[in-house]
Amino acid sequence: MLLHRLTHLVSCREASRLLSQREEQRLAAAERIKLALHLRACEACTRFARQLALIREALARYRARS
Amino acid sequence: MDADPFAAEIDAHRRYLLRIARLQLRDGDLAEDVVQETLVAALSARQSFSGRSSVRTWLTGILKHKIIDAIRQKSRRPIAAASFDDETDLETFDPMFTDAGAWEAPPADWGDPENALSRQEFMEVLGQCLERLPPATARVFMMREILELESDEICKELTITANNLWVILYRARMSLRQCLEQNWFAGAARR
Repeated sequence: MLLHRLTHLVSCREASRLLSQREEQRLAAAERIKLALHLRACEACTRFARQLALIREALARYRARS
Repeated sequence: MDADPFAAEIDAHRRYLLRIARLQLRDGDLAEDVVQETLVAALSARQSFSGRSSVRTWLTGILKHKIIDAIRQKSRRPIAAASFDDETDLETFDPMFTDAGAWEAPPADWGDPENALSRQEFMEVLGQCLERLPPATARVFMMREILELESDEICKELTITANNLWVILYRARMSLRQCLEQNWFAGAARR
């Protein structure tokens, strides 16, 4: 029950926004903790985080391509 | 008459520069102009090329300034403000999530991403997905991800707030993610 409350401090919508914001700036400590707890329990958002990383890598290769 | 090797080397990057300028400006003629100006500027400033970076990096640096100038001139026309308003309102249009904030359709398993990254066709799909972004969103996302401008530079150039910028980039990433999923990864099992 406590674990449930901790992992639902942020919704998936908020988690996805934080993950995008993280590409621009370091998140505040409270946000980092809330996000980390959410990701531990949420497979969908963990996938989303991996996909953002892939998109970042793909854009880097896109820039480098002639 | 001997060909100028430096001029030839610069010209070899024309196609690359043009692709970046087109993506950024969405205007073929303007992109041609901007690249032409870049090449002329590069030739007349060749002594400032230190050789510490690659020629392409140096040229891209000049191109960035030329693109920013072009965007500045364009944004004197009243397109910018209105489109940004439409494209930065997070609450009216967020079909990705339920009212409670859960994924409407959770992200799919993308399988082995290294495989995608190494494929030429994937890069083409990525290019098509970039072109499908709404214009104002695309401009900002390109400034950030292709021209690699810092967030505060973009805000200053476009006179938008950091929060506007953050929302626009979020939107762009969400659309790009969805476009890649639909147009590449959904069929990945068959590739």
